[in-house]
Amino acid sequence: MDAEVTLTVDGTRHQLPVDTRTTLLDLMRERLGVTSPKKGCDHGQCGACTVLLDGQRQLPCLALAVAHDGAEITTADGLAPAGELHPVQQAFLDNDAFQCGYCTPGQICSAVGVIDEVSRGWPSHATADLTGEVELSHDEVAERMSGNLCRCAAYVNIVPAVQQAGGAR
Amino acid sequence: MTELLEPRAMGQSLVRRDGVDKVRGTATYAYETDVEHPVFCHPVQATIALGRVTAMDTAAAEALDGVLAVLTPFNAERLASTEDVEYAVLQSTEVAFRGQLIGVVVAETSELAREVADGITVTYAEQQHDSVLRTDHPGLYAPEQVNAGHPTDTAEGDVDAALAAAEVRIDHTYETQMLHNNPIEPHATTALWDPGAEVPLTLWDSTQGVHPDRAAVSQVFGLEEEQVRVVCPYVGGGFGSKGNPHANVMLATMAARALPGRPVKLALTRQQMFFLTGYRTPTIQRMQLGADSRGRLSAIAIDVVEQTSKVKEFAEQTGVPARMMYASPNRRSTHRLAPLDVPIPSWMRAPGECPGMFGPEVAMDELAEALGMDPVRLRILNEPEVDPDTKKPWSSRHLVECLREGAERFGWDTRGPGRRREGDWLVGHGVASSVYPTMRQATSTAAIRYRGGRYVVEIGAADLGTGAWTVLPQIAADALGVDVADVDVAIGDTRYPIASVAGGSSGTNTWGSAIVQAAREFRGKYGTDPRDGDEASGDVDQATMDDAHAAYAFGAQFTEVRVNADTGEIRVPRLIGVFAAGRIINPRTARSQLIGGMTMGLSMALHENSVFDTRVGQVANHDLAEYHITVNADVQQIEAHWLDEHDPHVNAMGAKGIGEIGITGTAASVVNAVRHATGVRVRGLPVTLDKVLAGLE
Repeated sequence: MDAEVTLTVDGTRHQLPVDTRTTLLDLMRERLGVTSPKKGCDHGQCGACTVLLDGQRQLPCLALAVAHDGAEITTADGLAPAGELHPVQQAFLDNDAFQCGYCTPGQICSAVGVIDEVSRGWPSHATADLTGEVELSHDEVAERMSGNLCRCAAYVNIVPAVQQAGGAR
Repeated sequence: MTELLEPRAMGQSLVRRDGVDKVRGTATYAYETDVEHPVFCHPVQATIALGRVTAMDTAAAEALDGVLAVLTPFNAERLASTEDVEYAVLQSTEVAFRGQLIGVVVAETSELAREVADGITVTYAEQQHDSVLRTDHPGLYAPEQVNAGHPTDTAEGDVDAALAAAEVRIDHTYETQMLHNNPIEPHATTALWDPGAEVPLTLWDSTQGVHPDRAAVSQVFGLEEEQVRVVCPYVGGGFGSKGNPHANVMLATMAARALPGRPVKLALTRQQMFFLTGYRTPTIQRMQLGADSRGRLSAIAIDVVEQTSKVKEFAEQTGVPARMMYASPNRRSTHRLAPLDVPIPSWMRAPGECPGMFGPEVAMDELAEALGMDPVRLRILNEPEVDPDTKKPWSSRHLVECLREGAERFGWDTRGPGRRREGDWLVGHGVASSVYPTMRQATSTAAIRYRGGRYVVEIGAADLGTGAWTVLPQIAADALGVDVADVDVAIGDTRYPIASVAGGSSGTNTWGSAIVQAAREFRGKYGTDPRDGDEASGDVDQATMDDAHAAYAFGAQFTEVRVNADTGEIRVPRLIGVFAAGRIINPRTARSQLIGGMTMGLSMALHENSVFDTRVGQVANHDLAEYHITVNADVQQIEAHWLDEHDPHVNAMGAKGIGEIGITGTAASVVNAVRHATGVRVRGLPVTLDKVLAGLE
């Protein structure tokens, strides 16, 4: 069964019929030619496909396209205009926070989400004081980034990259 | 001796050349290749562990709109070579292990292909399978040799007599678990069969070596190598599992050949990877050490039992590092394989050295404890002057220096007798050595062309995140005597000269040596003022190869663990490694590789475990929710340092390999620290709460 959906991905509007079984991830990767979000597990277990969906970090492998008619999606490729880099992307380069690069677009979208969540004061499991301001400490970043697996294991470089981009002390 | 290059570009911490594309996500991996009107594959897997497929009902599937092909053992093309059973896909109805490929559906959409593949009814004649690894398995056998061409067994002196006479003896059995490589990019191929074209088969494949990949595919399908092109500019991790092609590549090729002119895409699911893309065999290692009361080793023996698939032998060289790490006049090593009805084991980061530096390095810790001696001192005391196995002198060996510098950086001298408690946490420190052989492959050619004022280096090398895109230009720049900014490199395509696999930590050594040779040829032909279009090539076999020395990289890893006294929870606040791995060509990418290896070693120590359900013959936890790998919150302080080592015997760069040494010894270091913290000696990996809790008072 097909259904018509309209989506905006990295500023480009798409209107097309989709199989109602199609995930947002497969729609992007197999229909729209948007391959910045990666498929690592298709089950919401690795985080490689992380994008910003209506402003929040989400896993498009766990989202059916038909349920997101009208959605606005930003992938890592849409974070900055061509020829420029988002501060998180620059921080990943500066800190060599990746090797093979396959989990990287997801890590970066996730990091953008983390910085936003912390700036809003959202606590996490690692937050000791639920009444005070949340800081981008090592433990906060590591906890919040733990949904994004990196088999090359760049974790010790990812945390300072996120802190750098978030302007942490 | 090789004339060492003057390092100018080498040694610089240059940013990855592929970095911008990777942080944007625009670096294109195999499945993402932009092709016209692709079609999609979904494999069908056997749901029995041993037996035969008697029928597959595909009629309804084939009649569906949008289904383009359903290939099974009953209708698939006959392959030119079935010599390698792993590659002989759909050639027989025999099922040798659960999850084996028995079909593929090709359809206009991935959703349809999957629906149809899952709906095919298969009838089997099932047989009783055997998938239990045990040291008294009746089928245990000695392979002709173990991997990398090492002898299966070695013996020198009289181990039994030395053990009988030893003042202190250690005799324990250690076990390492089944591990799956799990690169985050699943094994994937985009394949196009265009019979009218000059090069009829093109594979955009996720591989650690486009040329070895091409060689295997050509042979299986009876094609000339010139009829096949393999392209792979980026690999989303491999860790050995993409070192040789697996059955999925043959299946994708077969699907493409069934649909000439239509590009087909096949990506394994994460679950399918646990059956089809190799794994590290579990190992059982009996370790015996004998020593005098001053700590001098008189006997070292390791007897390894591990598994292989019944249909394709894979003999992990687990006992090999114990042959050369420490001095002892009496030494023995053996390997025995249990042939089982299980998926086919294969390469995983530091095959041999990774599991083989677990048992021996824990046994050394046990010996130190029995002697009442510092484990760092015990290792230094048993430093061999030459390679105990081959009697060759070392090209360079700085294990002692690594141990000393690591101890200094870690603050090892503050280590007390153990059982130190801070609040609810028991704190302990552990150490283990690391090692990895310095290998160079026999075949690789580089071409250098001068064009538009720039030097272009072409070689079919691979960058799995290792930094080849960035490091090879550094080598070329110094070999040519030019600025690295004036050098371009092109890799990952069989259109470029032949290159060896990115495996055995041999890439930089092998490809770099070919590049240095090409640069010499180029300068010899054209001098320092070349004209546009001038071109020369060089082979690795022209480069000096030093067989007179035993060449290894060494290291030492120091671990602090904290174990919760009530729950047994294990945390690793500090892991510090010091390595002696020759010249480090790019400190930025090198540090990432070493830290990555150490973190994967931590993952082996505490998290990873493929739990094999022997009743059904499959890994029970076959996804990333249940197969735990170390995540960001598991990691605190991990540091990799290295000595300024100059080795003139290995190659013109003076570089050894750094992709694998980081994972060797880590798990032993963690286990030794857990012992120091808790008094609990864990001899089977991974170290989990239950194993520690059982021994806590």
